[in-house]
Amino acid sequence: MYWQLFLTFVKIGTFTIGGGYAMLPLIRQEVVSRKWLTEEEFIDIFAVAQSLPGIFAVNISIFVGYQLKKKAGALCSALGTIMPSFLIILAIALFFTNARENVWVERAFKGLRPAVVALIAVPCISTAKKINLTYKQSVIPVVAALLIWQAGVSPAWIILAAIAGGIIYGLKFKQNIK
Amino acid sequence: MIWFQLLYVYLKIGILGFGGGYAMLSLIQAEVVDRHQWISLQEFTDIVAISQMTPGPIGINSATYIGYTAILNAGYPPYIAVFGSCLTTFAVCLPSFLLVLMISYSFARFKHNKYVEAAFLGLRPATVGLIAAAALLLMNHENFIDYKSFVIFAIAFILTYKFKIHPILMILLAGMAGILLY
Repeated sequence: MYWQLFLTFVKIGTFTIGGGYAMLPLIRQEVVSRKWLTEEEFIDIFAVAQSLPGIFAVNISIFVGYQLKKKAGALCSALGTIMPSFLIILAIALFFTNARENVWVERAFKGLRPAVVALIAVPCISTAKKINLTYKQSVIPVVAALLIWQAGVSPAWIILAAIAGGIIYGLKFKQNIK
Repeated sequence: MIWFQLLYVYLKIGILGFGGGYAMLSLIQAEVVDRHQWISLQEFTDIVAISQMTPGPIGINSATYIGYTAILNAGYPPYIAVFGSCLTTFAVCLPSFLLVLMISYSFARFKHNKYVEAAFLGLRPATVGLIAAAALLLMNHENFIDYKSFVIFAIAFILTYKFKIHPILMILLAGMAGILLY
């Protein structure tokens, strides 16, 4: 069982490219079709894993492993998720340090660096759409981005301020309803 | 000393990294590039590119890669730098592990906790700002060397946003454009 958990998450980690959310359909399919969790349990875990800090795919795998086989299960599935990434990146890191001096690689990277920035700009807009950001609310991300970008404020402070602000606003708002 | 700092920084990233891999990037950059200067901004951009192209979550990929590069840049040989990878990957996952175990004990209570729900009223919009900051911080002279860079950026943005072209294909295309243009 532990071995199976590990292997399943190795498979999930190996075959998903493009970040944690791309892994989601595969995780669901593996976990639900093996009857490790019901569809509802999975949706619950998904919602909670999303609201935790850290790497989403790792959070989900730890939850699934824990549900099935407690701490040892959580460890097996987390290791499974991490292992493929870790080994592939390590192989590239060992090789690429020398490849970086290669003229062709250098030219390719000159071209792809601006594209990387575009690939970060796109999820910024799609996230704003997904959470239905209103014009009034968009003051928050604009101020946050400017503080980090222009004023050099650490994102850590922005995150802590957002949590504090959310709690103060949320609790006050709820009191007003009563 | 760098070992303890790496551990501390990546534990911090693991604890404060809300909103997924892209939102984490500005936090990683602030710590690893700006504050501790373990890697250059260009190395950081390249690591993000490679993390996007390879399987697995961007958070794990970049942690593994940055741990290796930071130790290597500090003057250690490659076989020691491998331990840097292990350290950062372990550190970024440890808070997740402990948090999930804690929450699993009282899963139902956490699910509809009013403090957690309230915190996300602030966190959700802030995440958009964190991702925007990550993109803005990378829009500099090292990554945008001439007008051609801006053309590549604009085309990549439109292709990804409007035509939903896959990120890996996009990076490969941009790499080929680089070979042709420079």
